[in-house]
Amino acid sequence: MPTPTDKAILDSLVRNKIGFITSVPCKQLAGVIELVDNHEEIYHIPSNKEDEGMGLCTGAYLGGTRSAIIMQNTALGVAINSLVTLIQYYHIPLPMLISYRGEVGEKVACQVEMAIHTKPLLQQLNIPYFHFTKAEQVNGLDGILQHSQMCKKPIAILADASFWSSAS
Amino acid sequence: MIRYDILKTIAPILKERLVVCNIGSPSQELYQLLDQPSNFYMFGTMGLCSSIGLGVALVQDQPVIAIDGDGSVLTNLATLSTIANNPADNFILLIVDNGSYGSTGDQPTYAGMATSLTEVARACGCRNVVECSAEETAAELEKALSSGKMTIIISKCQPGNVNVSVIDDDPVNIASRFSNSIKELNS
Repeated sequence: MPTPTDKAILDSLVRNKIGFITSVPCKQLAGVIELVDNHEEIYHIPSNKEDEGMGLCTGAYLGGTRSAIIMQNTALGVAINSLVTLIQYYHIPLPMLISYRGEVGEKVACQVEMAIHTKPLLQQLNIPYFHFTKAEQVNGLDGILQHSQMCKKPIAILADASFWSSAS
Repeated sequence: MIRYDILKTIAPILKERLVVCNIGSPSQELYQLLDQPSNFYMFGTMGLCSSIGLGVALVQDQPVIAIDGDGSVLTNLATLSTIANNPADNFILLIVDNGSYGSTGDQPTYAGMATSLTEVARACGCRNVVECSAEETAAELEKALSSGKMTIIISKCQPGNVNVSVIDDDPVNIASRFSNSIKELNS
C-alpha cells in the first residue's frame, strides 16, 4: 500500500511535469511505482535493465517530455556507460529516484557491498546526489527536480531504509 | 548489398523524417549520405538505439525510424519485449542484420548463426515483424510507414562497411537540432 510519503513523491513528480517514467523495481519503491503506474498524466514504462531505461528516458526527453528513472542503487553498476556517454554527453536532465539499499536497517548482506560504492561512484561520475534519511526530506524534491532540468544533468536521490521506514 | 547500399536506397524515404541511428559505422555512413537535423546519431551506448527511438515515438505523433543492427539488438535483446508491450504505431525498428559487428571489424554475431532475430521479435510479442532481403528493404519501409502500425523490419544483408570519416559534430548540437525538428514537425 502506498504511504503518504509515496504520494508526496508522486505529487512532486507531477507538479514538475515529469510525464515519462521508467522503472526497475525494488521492494522499497513498490508504493511509488504503483502510484506512478496508475497516474494518467504519466507514461510508466517498466524497463528490463536500467541502461535500457536511460535510452527510453533520453528519447522521451528529446521528444519533448520530461523523464525520470526509478531504480535501486545496484543499477549504477549496470548504467555507468549510459550515464556517461548518453545522459551526460548529450546533456539530458535525468532525475534518478534511487532506493539506497545496503544502508543501516538493511536485511540483505549482499546489498551492503554495492552501498559502499554508491556515493564514491556518484562522486567519480560528477553526479550530484541528495541522501534522504527522513520522510520530511521529501519536501526538498521539487527543488531537486527543478535543479536537474535547469542544469540538464542526471541527479541522484538516494532514499535509504531509514527514509522509507520513517515514511507514514 | 551491404549496409551502405541499404542506407543509400532508403535515404530518400528518410528525408525529413525522425531517424535514430545506431552507433559507429551506421551513423557515420548515414551522416555522409543524408545529414539532416532530424537525424539523431549515437556516439556511445551500444544497444540503446531501439530504446531511444521507442522513447521518442511514445511521447509524440510523428513517425520515428530507428536504424539498428543485429549486434546492437543482441546487446539489448530485452528491448524487443519492451517494444512489444508498449506498442507505438508511429515506431519502425529497422534492424540491418548483416550477421556481424560491423564497426569493430566484422566479427560474426550469433544473429548470423543459430539465432533468428525475426523469431526472437515474434516470441517477444511483436506483431508486425517482417524479414526481407537488402533489396526489398526500401519497399518494406514504405509499406510500414503507410500501414500506420508499429513494425519491426529485419533486413538481411552482407557484412561490410565503406570508408567514411567520423562525425565531426557536437553531441549537444545533435540533440538540440533533433529536439527542435520534433517540435517543428509536430507544430
